[in-house]
Amino acid sequence: MTAKRKEKLSQAVVYVKLKEGVLDPQGLTIKKALEKLGYQNVKEVRSGKFFEIVFDSNGSKPSAKFLNEISDKLLANPVIEKFEIEVVK
Amino acid sequence: MKFGVVIFPGSNCDYDAYKVIADVLKEKVEFLWHKETSLDNYDCIILPGGFSYGDYLRTGAIARFSPIMKSVIKFANRGGLVWGICNGFQILLETGLLPGSMLMNSHLRFVCKNIYIKVERNDLPYTQSCQVGQILKIPVAHKDGNYYISPKELLELERNNQVIFRYCDENGNITEASNPNGSLANIAGICNKEGNVIGLMPHPERASEKILGSDDGRNLFLSLVQHTNGASN
Repeated sequence: MTAKRKEKLSQAVVYVKLKEGVLDPQGLTIKKALEKLGYQNVKEVRSGKFFEIVFDSNGSKPSAKFLNEISDKLLANPVIEKFEIEVVK
Repeated sequence: MKFGVVIFPGSNCDYDAYKVIADVLKEKVEFLWHKETSLDNYDCIILPGGFSYGDYLRTGAIARFSPIMKSVIKFANRGGLVWGICNGFQILLETGLLPGSMLMNSHLRFVCKNIYIKVERNDLPYTQSCQVGQILKIPVAHKDGNYYISPKELLELERNNQVIFRYCDENGNITEASNPNGSLANIAGICNKEGNVIGLMPHPERASEKILGSDDGRNLFLSLVQHTNGASN
């Protein structure tokens, strides 16, 4: 019996991937594992990570500038990684 | 000479470095908690090995924002000696004090063994008591030590002679087999353009007494002491 709270939340997902041309040892290994399982049509696997971020934003969506800033500053390392942002709600 | 050894939550080579300085070299050394902000009166700041913040997000990515790092960056920009070992190297890469980044080892495993590195330069405070071409036997212990930098920046790094140590075999041959992690150009350690900030993946503090299997790592500590004490005479 949880009390319904009235705060309005918004949510974004940040996907962090290795830049093209940067070696991805995990992706290569996963591709080899898929081949060993008999899936021969896999051309490439690139690994990455994603972050689901919930904001207490009083109904307004987080700005692109803000999301870019936190992604560039902390979530991704711009030397090797790139990121994509998706505002969910 | 006075060293400061920074302790981040998760550092685990802090005491090794402290012991070499205090007991083997008999020089002054103090621990610096990562929330400290004053670095006055230190000649060299060591960012030790370990797993700061559990390696969460990326190695060094969170330690890079510890309060002490602002002071470390200022200290380095004033020409202070800043030495990153293993996780300390990863932190320096995240701050941008050193160029490039670490990827996971190409074989995806944690590697913990003695390796050989070749000294490329001895005109730095860190290597002045080594010979160019000298081979040092020093252990590595890491999972993310696969040094990466873009091809263009690698050229610049080489042109500026910023590569100080390369992985090699026992005889000094720089081969793929002697590279423990897949690092580009067998890079084991680099410096900034000015030469006052260095980072390396091997652990000289674990190889500074014969009883530990090698005392080759002591050369780096000795170089710093000679450089600093010599300069103050």
